[in-house]
Amino acid sequence: MATLIQNRSASSGLVGSRASATKGRGVSVRPVQRTASDRTRGGNVVSPRRKDFPIFQERPELVYLDSAATSLKPKCVIDAVADYYGKYSANVHRGIYRLSEEATAAYEGARKTIQQFIGAKSEKEIIFTRGATEAINLVAQGWGSQYLKSGDEIILTVLEHHSNIVPWQMVAKKKNCVIKYLDVDDRGVLKTDQLSKLLTRRTKIIALTHVSNGIGVINPLKPIIQKAHAIGAKVLVDAAQSTPHSPLDVQYLDCDFLAFSGHKMCGPTGIGVLYAKEKILQEMEPFLGGGDMILEVTKTNSTWNEIPWKFEAGTPPIAEAIGLGAALVYLREIGMSTIRTHEKKLLAHALELLQKIPGVTLYGPCDPEIQAGVLSFGIDGVHPHDIASIFDEDNIAIRAGHHCNMLLMERFGIPATARASFYLYNTETDVEKLAQAVLKVKKIFS
Amino acid sequence: MNLYSSLIVDLSKNPVNKRSIPDANITGSGANVTCGDRVRMYAKTDAQGKILDCSFEGEGCAITMASASLLTEEAKGKLLAEISEWNSLNVFQWLGTELGPGRVKCGLIPLETLQEALKRHSPSAPRPQKRQALSSRARVSRAHAEKQL
Repeated sequence: MATLIQNRSASSGLVGSRASATKGRGVSVRPVQRTASDRTRGGNVVSPRRKDFPIFQERPELVYLDSAATSLKPKCVIDAVADYYGKYSANVHRGIYRLSEEATAAYEGARKTIQQFIGAKSEKEIIFTRGATEAINLVAQGWGSQYLKSGDEIILTVLEHHSNIVPWQMVAKKKNCVIKYLDVDDRGVLKTDQLSKLLTRRTKIIALTHVSNGIGVINPLKPIIQKAHAIGAKVLVDAAQSTPHSPLDVQYLDCDFLAFSGHKMCGPTGIGVLYAKEKILQEMEPFLGGGDMILEVTKTNSTWNEIPWKFEAGTPPIAEAIGLGAALVYLREIGMSTIRTHEKKLLAHALELLQKIPGVTLYGPCDPEIQAGVLSFGIDGVHPHDIASIFDEDNIAIRAGHHCNMLLMERFGIPATARASFYLYNTETDVEKLAQAVLKVKKIFS
Repeated sequence: MNLYSSLIVDLSKNPVNKRSIPDANITGSGANVTCGDRVRMYAKTDAQGKILDCSFEGEGCAITMASASLLTEEAKGKLLAEISEWNSLNVFQWLGTELGPGRVKCGLIPLETLQEALKRHSPSAPRPQKRQALSSRARVSRAHAEKQL
């Protein structure tokens, strides 16, 4: 039966929302209209949403297991982008004509959708960026340059993607700050008990990921944020790997900043979001200067527009923002708890199959309760790139390499892993093909 | 395309010339950080610039290991000037397969590392392959295009 829909469970979310923290209280998710033909045959864990993704009509043989890198796009998102270009293509905010007003309404409507999706207090707290990377740079360069002083400390974790390390190294160098790293245990679980040792009066910010892109481990954000706030430090959450896959509530988390990308959650490339608390944004200086972010420009001075536009210099990625809005409407309709439950089942099945194969090493917690749909693995005597190449011969797309996670690879003492990651369109059959491909690799190298 | 011929798999499991040459007069290291491939190349030449022995150490994917084994075997007895003429097409010929854009770097690291070491060894030597060595991807595309024509 279609377990994706039936076993919707409020307790299955990442620990990033009220619903997931208060087990059993339930979460209101609009039921999805579904017919028998929606189901994809093969396996118990089916994806009724596979047909929404045109790429599977183009490439029915595709087994796409690289959603942690970028997700596939549903037709409604492709249509939303095409509609903007084909039906009401105009610049936003400044046109005194109906076409521009329509574009502005769609662009700002997307902002409203995002605000509701992550539970922000106001749409003023939603800033469009080019992606999660730019959102983190905005905080490091904007907030960091303004507030960090010589000797101040920044805490990161060894789980971070390079995009949440390098911007901090850049600002730390400029402002003469110290960066400290919170370590993980051998399963990749953060040693949160060591956080108290790292936190000092000089700690100004903790920047950490919600879900590791390398091994999928879910970090316990809430207690970390509480500890940081207790000594007056800010917290930035890199939610690029969690927002697409699970319920998220920024007011519950109480984080100061949160960054994510559109393209990992069914949206277009070139769009991302920075959420920040309104008070912080009001007091922050702009990051980039240009059109749209000013109120008035004179020869000697300029005054800033209101938030969020103060942080959106130049013509924004209009089509991309509208596409992201459409993606969130689509995901909301399915229900984020439903997606989390689906991926949990796929991961559990993958763990079960791969753990049985001798010579396969699984990295990470190997526990669906604290792991998102990301599974890093290795095969004895075979380099991950060879694994990925052999998988590709069978149209199975996985990632191999360090996944922009060189600190984590160093921690585990390995140069690279092979990584499979799941999303709502994956099925149990995909997982079984993954396991078969592992056996094939072993056979070739036997 | 079946990239993993028995030759490539065998050489990755049982590489040849995978050892150091303590009295090598030409050495160089190269890495493909994205993949985690690392090689160190060794060559020992006589006064005329003829390669008496050639070897490598390192770790990496099957393509890199096989390519390094084949290169070191081919290099023995050749003149330095000849080696600096080699390019991706030679590597594809030894491997018995062309490499796509995703894997071409793996296959070329040993040759590019050795050529860089030769350049340092004799900077005045003619280096007609320098530009090609840097744009291996472009050459692969060109090779593909020519094949299709």
